[in-house]
Amino acid sequence: MIPAVEVKDVSYRRNGTLILDRVSFRVQEGDMYAIIGPNGGGKTTLLKIILGLLTPNTGEVSLFGNPPEIGRFQAGYVPQFRTFDFRYPITVREMVISGRLSYIRGATRRYRKEDYDVTDEVLEKLDLLRLSGHSLSHLSGGEQQRVILARALVGKPRLLVLDEPTVYVDTPTEIQFFDILEDLKRSMTILLVSHDIGVISAHVTKVACLNQTLHTHDTPGITEDMIAATYRCPVDLIAHGLPHRVLREHHRREEP
Amino acid sequence: MMEAGILGYIFFQNALLAAVFASIVCGIIGSYVVVKQMVSISGGISHAAFGGVGLGYLAGINPIAGAFLFTIFVALGIGILKDKTSQNLDTLVGAVWAAGMAIGIISISLVPGYTPDLFGYLFGNILLVPASDLSMMAGLSILIVAVVLMLFTQLQAVTFDEEYARVMNLPVTWLSILLLVLIAVTVVMLIRVVGIILVIALLTLPAATARKFTTKLQSMMVVSVLLGLVFSTGGLFLSYLLDVPSGATIILLATAGFAGSLLVSREFFK
Repeated sequence: MIPAVEVKDVSYRRNGTLILDRVSFRVQEGDMYAIIGPNGGGKTTLLKIILGLLTPNTGEVSLFGNPPEIGRFQAGYVPQFRTFDFRYPITVREMVISGRLSYIRGATRRYRKEDYDVTDEVLEKLDLLRLSGHSLSHLSGGEQQRVILARALVGKPRLLVLDEPTVYVDTPTEIQFFDILEDLKRSMTILLVSHDIGVISAHVTKVACLNQTLHTHDTPGITEDMIAATYRCPVDLIAHGLPHRVLREHHRREEP
Repeated sequence: MMEAGILGYIFFQNALLAAVFASIVCGIIGSYVVVKQMVSISGGISHAAFGGVGLGYLAGINPIAGAFLFTIFVALGIGILKDKTSQNLDTLVGAVWAAGMAIGIISISLVPGYTPDLFGYLFGNILLVPASDLSMMAGLSILIVAVVLMLFTQLQAVTFDEEYARVMNLPVTWLSILLLVLIAVTVVMLIRVVGIILVIALLTLPAATARKFTTKLQSMMVVSVLLGLVFSTGGLFLSYLLDVPSGATIILLATAGFAGSLLVSREFFK
């Protein structure tokens, strides 16, 4: 079977500093693959290489057996929160439908009825339809998060790539967000990175640790040797993800 | 009435027409400048235009034609460097800004005998717009509006989230360079009318004011064109009534409008 993501011996230097050192791993279709590691460990860089936004110095990446520039047609990307300007004058619906652009040909790339239909369907599913005419700046953090996710989903991706998806939201919102991912997991492959070990909950099928080099056993568990190799110091492994799961049923509703 | 009297003069009618064209292109292109935070890049491009004016004089061609060539060259240069290097863009813009002015001044000093009115290029004179300039402005305005209408969706995607546009395989580099060229064309087209300094004010102030009251880019553009019309025609009449320079009056009116919008939207008190 062709893996959804295959990273082979990828090294990347920025201004002479080694950011990624011979990183190799493979995400199979159906996986929910989490990469954790400290800030500055190269997680975002690795995702950008996987999506073809950066070119590695050595090594190769393929998405569904194709180079990133072609394979990314089948990928939806949830960039790190607040990488763009939330004051940009754009409505929720306009932003979400822009995720259809890679499917639209022609010089002007006008949206068709089909694009609006798919958009409204995704907005409905993520409980955003009532906000579709609002501007981004008027939304709560959790709503903004779902809008970014919705934009990635309107392209009907086979692979969803998420960069620190819950870093700026509160705990109930984070739990709600992982409920959504749990649901999406059945229909697509998910690759996410986080500096928060707490996100490694019952949801994830495989986990890797990244800090310049990548360590994985291709299992859902983090082992002490992975943590030690990644953080280069002993870390208390009492996961703070556990109470989240206990409380999950009580935090379904999000504050306005 | 005095106002009615002034409207009968051809030069004043031309000035009003020039104000309309300036408001249209500045409202549209200025909206991109404001939402993409390209104010300093636009400043760099417009001041580089002064270098083009000087080189035009030196080469013995129409200085505005010189400014067009040189400014588009600078816009392309910034667009390509921005894409290819990790050089801090802010520093680059500062260099282009100052070097453009310096090239202009040295070029003009090398032209024997005749010193053109440099002040006119910095502040323009909307009351001295020749009819030939008006037809050029009409043509370029139509061109700019047509390009923006055609590429609206893509330009919105690129100015909103460049990285995501790249993931969707939009021609991001090409579109970013096109946007810089559109800024260059706008600036040069208005140089003789409103001058290098006023063009920056007209690019940014109406759009920044409009942004406070709109949630869509389309409406922001329409509102900023309308505000531009109010500021420029209002400034024209006001300058006539008070007998002060028109360009500076337009700038001050636009600044007052922007300051007023800050007060109204209570941004100062947050």
